[in-house]
Formats: sequence, structure tokens, C-alpha cells
Amino acid sequence: MAYQLLVRTATFVVTVVLASVLVFGFMAILPGSAARVSLGVNATPEAIARVEADFGVDRPLPVQYLDWAAGLPTGDFGTSYVTRRVIGPAIVDRLLVTSWLVGASMLVALVIALPLGTLAAVRHQRPSGTVLAGVSQVGVAVPSFLAGLLLIALFAVKLRWLPSGGWTPPARDPVAFLRGLLLPSLALGLVQGSVLARYVRSTVLNIQREDFIRTARSKGLRRWQALVRHGLRNAAIPIVTVLGLQLSVLLVGAVVVERVFTVPGLGSLLLDGVANRDLLLVQGVVMVLVVMILAINWAVDVLYTVLDPRLRARA
Amino acid sequence: MSAARDVVDATGAPVVAGTDETAGVANWSLWIGGGLVGLVVVMALVSFAWTPYDPYFVDVTNRFGGPSPTNLLGTDQFGRDVLSRLMVGARTTLFVGIVSVGVAGVVGTPLGILMGMAPAWLHRILLRANDLLLAFPALLLAIMFAAVFGPSTATAMVAIGIGTIPVFARIARSGTVQVMSSEYVLAARSAGRRGVRLAVRHVLPNIASLLLVQASVSFAIAILAEAALSFLQFGTPSPIPSWGLMLFQAQSVLAVNPGLTVWPGVGIAVAVLGFNLLGDGLRDRFDPRLAGHQ
Repeated sequence: MAYQLLVRTATFVVTVVLASVLVFGFMAILPGSAARVSLGVNATPEAIARVEADFGVDRPLPVQYLDWAAGLPTGDFGTSYVTRRVIGPAIVDRLLVTSWLVGASMLVALVIALPLGTLAAVRHQRPSGTVLAGVSQVGVAVPSFLAGLLLIALFAVKLRWLPSGGWTPPARDPVAFLRGLLLPSLALGLVQGSVLARYVRSTVLNIQREDFIRTARSKGLRRWQALVRHGLRNAAIPIVTVLGLQLSVLLVGAVVVERVFTVPGLGSLLLDGVANRDLLLVQGVVMVLVVMILAINWAVDVLYTVLDPRLRARA
Repeated sequence: MSAARDVVDATGAPVVAGTDETAGVANWSLWIGGGLVGLVVVMALVSFAWTPYDPYFVDVTNRFGGPSPTNLLGTDQFGRDVLSRLMVGARTTLFVGIVSVGVAGVVGTPLGILMGMAPAWLHRILLRANDLLLAFPALLLAIMFAAVFGPSTATAMVAIGIGTIPVFARIARSGTVQVMSSEYVLAARSAGRRGVRLAVRHVLPNIASLLLVQASVSFAIAILAEAALSFLQFGTPSPIPSWGLMLFQAQSVLAVNPGLTVWPGVGIAVAVLGFNLLGDGLRDRFDPRLAGHQ
């Protein structure tokens, strides 16, 4: 098993390096524009040359890449050409906010999906199961930002129960923090919950047909007992896979939902960067998001080996 | 594992077979999905010939008009007719979907077939490269494109298309791997058929249904991505009607008139639901084994 983990980790590291080359290469398609953007259209060529030297963008691309990439492991993402501020600390601050949002959304999704998906599977030949399956199918089609708008319209505008946006750090005021977190995480979590529910349903359906469940039932266990005692463990692998996928989807979904609720997370930082043509900032945030997605994939792979004794034995 | 398992739905989760209750019953997903997609298509087509009003016509005296016999779905904050804008918005939605799925299919399919037919060592390398590209979700890629090239409908379509290429490559690959191990391909190869001719004559027709299912599902993803981009103002620029942009404009007047979120929202949900159901229905149609019987 140790060998397999080592191979997977090595693959992960190589993939991250390749991803950094891709991100850097893409953002460097338009050379020299950074200085021009930061100085405006009336800048003299000398001024542009000076600023380019300042930023180090007059050096050959491979040198620039190595300089940028060497800083990444230590959290040094360089200095913004537009705001002239160090990018790393901003990313760390915003990442914390986004983590709260993604974590809370995942919780919402799980709380919805596990019971509803299982129920829909157990009752799949009855009308109630069909209705549940239909509801989750519709939920999948609602974009999270639309869910956000509807939640704001109901809970913030009409009922005035919760704020329509904004962010309070948990340390400053835990209650305001939770109130602010609730709507955005519902917006993200409700939609993802529908997706997850569909997946839980089909996983449970498949497992119900397995021989070991039939054996357990014939031994006298009730349907629920059989599912919990024998089914859960076997459902773990497909569910871990889809949870990993969902986590990546939530990360990207957070970008949009943060804008709806003016949450100062990684997504807002990214979008502000795009609006200001702050390419180095965009490059940094994209890199962080991609590394997180790759890390999630790696974690899923590792969990496989841990969860499935058959994979372990093969090593 | 069946290749169809690699088809992913609007959110990246694998499309799962198994609406078992319908085995032997009518294929409801196909009919309902087809109907919803048809509705959006008809709306877009009609908008070329006729809309109740000029979708760009601003009439500030008639702001926030509720539904009435003259404006069936009411008017927005500029007094523009919501139904007219909704109809033209359907056009934008379908156009973006067609172009981005087209780009992804035309580039991704040959790549996937190549991967599936390649020798083992090359296959492994290409597969890894494809996995790397899959770590760049279409929406993220589109935001990067907007940062570098500036926001526009064209940038959004191309970016979503490129972001979807690895999805098609993956599904084409797993289909090809299955087909390549079949006896008729073995026969064709022993008769001396190789390379492009083998791919076009034997592989492509046999993975076409798989690709069609993925196209339908990817269409739904493209619609969601376009709506999100326009909502973030990185897609279709104002005043061109697009459902995502209509939602963005509705947010600024949410406190005054929350009703404006309803119709563009319904439009997006109907289109996405339609293409997702159509994908499910097509899969059940083409591969009855996956329709999930006992």
C-alpha cells in the first residue's frame, strides 16, 4: 500500500508542476500588457520599459516562470502589477472565507442528500420515491446563483430574517457570521444536494440488488439493517468519488455565489482581478483553485486504497 | 466498467443509470426532455421572425410593468418587454451551446479515438494529460479567457468549448477501447484495415450514440456556464438579451421587483433540465442494459 501511495503522490506533484506551466503559459499569451495596463494608454515607451524592468516582465519567459513557480510552495505569488500589493497574503485571507463557505455548503448538501437519496432508493417503486427523484432532477437544473437570488428575495427582502450579503469574520461576531454564512451556503448546498441525492439513490439501488444484501435479508435482517450494516461500507467508494467531484464543483460554484452575496472570498478576488486586468493576481488565484482540485483528486485516490481492501492487497 | 459510466452530468457527477422503474415502460426522460428542449428551440426560432416587441426598445414610462395583455410577462426596469427579451435570450443560450459543444466534439472526439487506438505507453501519457486538463473546469477557463482576451460571447463560447474537450476525449477514449477489443474490429484489422480508415469506418459509428448522449449533457453544462458568465458580466455584453445577464440586471432591483428573476430563471432551468433528461433518455434508448433492470 505504501508503494501505491508513493506513486499517487509523485503523480500528484508532477501534475501540479505541469498545471503551473499551463497556467503561466496561458496568462503570458499577451506579453508586456501588464505594464501598459498599469500605466494607462498615454504612457511613454521609456516609462513602460522602466515598469517592465520593475516587474521583471522584460526577462525571458522561462526565467519569469521559474521565478514565479519557485515562490509558490512558500505562498509567494509575487506583487500585483495593478495594486502593487503582495498577492500571497490576500489569497490566504480569501481562501479562509471560501473554505467556510464550501465546508458549510458541503454540510448542507450531505444533510439533504443522504436521507433523501436513500429514501428515494428504498421507495423506488412507489410514487413517493419517484417524486423525490423528480425533485432532485429539477434541483440539478437550477444554477446556484439563481438559487441565491431567490433566497435573497425571500429571506432578505420579503421576510427580512437574514442579511442579503456581506461577511463577518467568526472571531468578531459569531452570530452575525452564521447569519451571513447561511444563505450563501444554502444556495450552493441545495443545488449540490440534489446532484448528490441522485447519486446516493443510484448507489443504494445498485447495492440493494447485491447478493450479500439478499443473504443478509434472508438471514432475517430488515431492509434498513441490511443496508446500514452491509451496504454502507460498500457504498463508501462510489460516494467518496462523488464527494470529491462535488467538492471541486463547489469550489468553482463558490466563485459565482460569492459575487451574488458579496462574500469576500477567493472567487471575489478572482473576479476583481479579471475586472482590473490584474493578470498576476488572476494567475495566482487560478493556480490555487487548480491545485486544490488536483489535491482533492489525489485525496480521493488515496482514500480508495485505504477503503478498499482489494486494492490494498494488490500492492 | 462500461464506457457509459464516463458520461458526466451538468455538475460533473457521473450520469447514473438506473431509473429502473421504467424498464419496459415508455421512455419518459426522452419525451419530456425532448419536449422541453423543443420548447426552447421553438422560442428561439420564432424570435428570428417575430417577438411581441423590439427587445431593445426602452420605455421608461412603463418600468416594472406587471403581466398585462400588452406585456404578457411584464417589463423590466427599463420598460423593456420581458417576453421579447426571453425569446431572444433563448437564441443566445442555444447559440453558445451549439458552438461550445461543437468545438468540444470536433476536437475532443478524434483526440479520444486516437487515445483509445494508441499503443499502451502513448495511451497512458495522453490519459494523464487529459486528466490534467480536466482539472480546469469550463467556468474557470472561461474566466481566465475573459481576463486575457476581454469578456465577450465569443470568448465565452470558445472557452467553454475548450473546457469541454477533455470530457469528450475521455468518453470517446473509453468507447474506443471497448470497440477495439471487439471481434469485428479484430476482423477488420486482420483484413488489413488500419489507422484513420479503421477509426472512421468501425470505431466512430459504434461510439456515436455515446457521443450523442455526452453532447446532450454537455449542452446543459454549457448553458449553465454561459448563464453564470453572463451573470458575472464576463459573457454576453449588455444590451444583448441573455438569460444570465437578465438575472444580473434583476439582482440590482431585487428589493423593488423580485419578480424579474422568475422568467430568465425558469428559462435556464427548463433548458438545463431538458438537455439533462434528453441525455438520460437517449442513453436508455441506445443502451437498454444501462436502463437498469434487475
